[in-house]
Amino acid sequence: MARGGAGWLGWILRYRYALLILLLFLAYPLFDHNAGHVNSAADAAVFILLALGLNIVVGFAGLLDLGYAAFFAIGSYAYALAASPFYGLHLPFWPMLLVAAIIAGVFGALLGAPTLRLRGDYLAIVTLGFGEIVPTVFLNLPKYTGGTNGIVGIYQPTLFGYQFGFNPRPYYYTLILVIVLSVIAILRLRDSRLGRAWLAIREDEIAAASMGINLTTTKLLAFSFGAFFSGFAGALYVAKLGIVSPDQFNFTVSFTVLAMVVLGGMGNVFGVIAGAAILYEFQTLFLTDLTQWSHAIGEATRIALLTKLDFVNLKFLLYGLGLILLMLLRPEGLFPARRITAIMKEHQHEALATVEIGEAPVAVPPGEDA
Amino acid sequence: MIEPDRILEIVAAPDAGSAPGGLLLDAREVTKAFGGLVAVNRVDFAVPEHSIVSLIGPNGAGKTTFFNVVAGLYHPTSGAITFAGQDITGRKPHEIARLGIARTFQNIRIFANMTALENVLIGMHSRLTADPVRIVMNTAGVVREERAAHDAAHRLLTFVGLGRRDHELAKNLPYGDQRRLEIARALALRPRLILLDEPAAGMNPEEARRLMEFIRRLRGELRVSVLLIEHQMRVVMGVADRVTVLDHGEKIAEGTPDEIRRDSRVIEAYLGKAALS
Repeated sequence: MARGGAGWLGWILRYRYALLILLLFLAYPLFDHNAGHVNSAADAAVFILLALGLNIVVGFAGLLDLGYAAFFAIGSYAYALAASPFYGLHLPFWPMLLVAAIIAGVFGALLGAPTLRLRGDYLAIVTLGFGEIVPTVFLNLPKYTGGTNGIVGIYQPTLFGYQFGFNPRPYYYTLILVIVLSVIAILRLRDSRLGRAWLAIREDEIAAASMGINLTTTKLLAFSFGAFFSGFAGALYVAKLGIVSPDQFNFTVSFTVLAMVVLGGMGNVFGVIAGAAILYEFQTLFLTDLTQWSHAIGEATRIALLTKLDFVNLKFLLYGLGLILLMLLRPEGLFPARRITAIMKEHQHEALATVEIGEAPVAVPPGEDA
Repeated sequence: MIEPDRILEIVAAPDAGSAPGGLLLDAREVTKAFGGLVAVNRVDFAVPEHSIVSLIGPNGAGKTTFFNVVAGLYHPTSGAITFAGQDITGRKPHEIARLGIARTFQNIRIFANMTALENVLIGMHSRLTADPVRIVMNTAGVVREERAAHDAAHRLLTFVGLGRRDHELAKNLPYGDQRRLEIARALALRPRLILLDEPAAGMNPEEARRLMEFIRRLRGELRVSVLLIEHQMRVVMGVADRVTVLDHGEKIAEGTPDEIRRDSRVIEAYLGKAALS
């Protein structure tokens, strides 16, 4: 895409809606004095970072990763071990934020390497395995990671003498800043030669290789950058929480982040932000409220069933229903990237009328014309 | 269309690594077997510099397999391939592409959900130098390089006659334009040799005539050598300097188009023994 010729002004005009929403989010803690709500918004921001990272792997490069929580765990432990009484280390938070991301990025490449030859289902299965292995390793090395007890008393960040403490607001603002910087970096990557190479291998690996794209490095960079942003998320998450343990990184985390990416629209950076925010607030705030309303209505109308419902416990049932509806009604996600809409429509047409394709065989399955 | 010397800046390969004996591509005794099936059997094949050579043969003769061996998609079972004096046997596809062999595919394999311009930019990928750190910092060098690449890609599209379709998704282009786009993408690699796999497939005589003209321009204006697999004999006989005929994986004839036209083994391979008696 051509850059806005008018410099800053063009840039502001191009992203006016994103900037407007950013302003709303910056102002939000000033109006909501409920610390619990702000805390939940900060947690949502952690998941937004995770979704942004996974979107690079799944949305851009088309590599289905079901074990993304592994990198979240590695980023989290990287900071936890470096700034807690466990090893008696107290490395400063801000450089460690970057170091945690780099460590996660390195592990992204390391765990990506064995999967390079795999595609689709097989890739998903192997990444699922890694997603289970990493927390299990943290669980079973109590000498080095605190095992099942995890690590407690993780030091909280300070900024020019200001203690972050247990007040969610500074974490919230830090997370927003990190998200903004991440989005700028990700948009630049997307519009670069690297971003184009990711799209090309998603489209057709053989054609991409024949055009001089090194599949190995391109895929490893996708895994690595994807993991990198989860490192930010991990460090900020455990710094805010003050504790880390292996059970925070089970499969439901990988699944939830993937659901956020799919819901928002794979490949669309702003879409996945919306997807993550919506899904997170849905599960924490909306379901709690819904439970309370249902109890109130149940008591008023004397319907016993309504007073017993707990929607928070039904979370995954509702997720499942929601995803089924999404796949039926809007398979490309709520805010699809232009290309994804095109791909989905293509598959639909193929399914409906295979005969009609006629003289223009566009989508050749890999390996077909060998 | 734009003046040839401007397009030369974009696609002309640096003439580094002169070809020994004037042979750009030299394949010796190349064999490719899939289990018991020998698809290509001890084929010697050479492409002289600045030439247009064609590989023909009945269906299943091993033409595309030979292409895929040259392009690095298959490892040859035995034999050796040199390109501009370098041994490329068994190298990876992207390495071979970067050395200067570009290709198109029998069933068009453009990046369907990318724009025409982005398709061509992929062809330039290996020549662009931006690394992730500089990309994220958005340095002046990266901005300049991207701008130059977009400009060059647009000029390449203009060269193949798609100058007004820059931002069209490739899948939405008509079939003939998709073929041109695939060639533009291949040219963006600055190849010294381009492998065209049945470029005239599905074209009517008028389109085929324009394609022949275009292939001649590739050599004449861009100084790219062309290796052509083609079923339309009119095209092969019209543009090729030399023709090699494969049948059941073996080379059965080689020569100028006129010699091939009169070769009894070729006629037999195509039409069966009955045609000769």
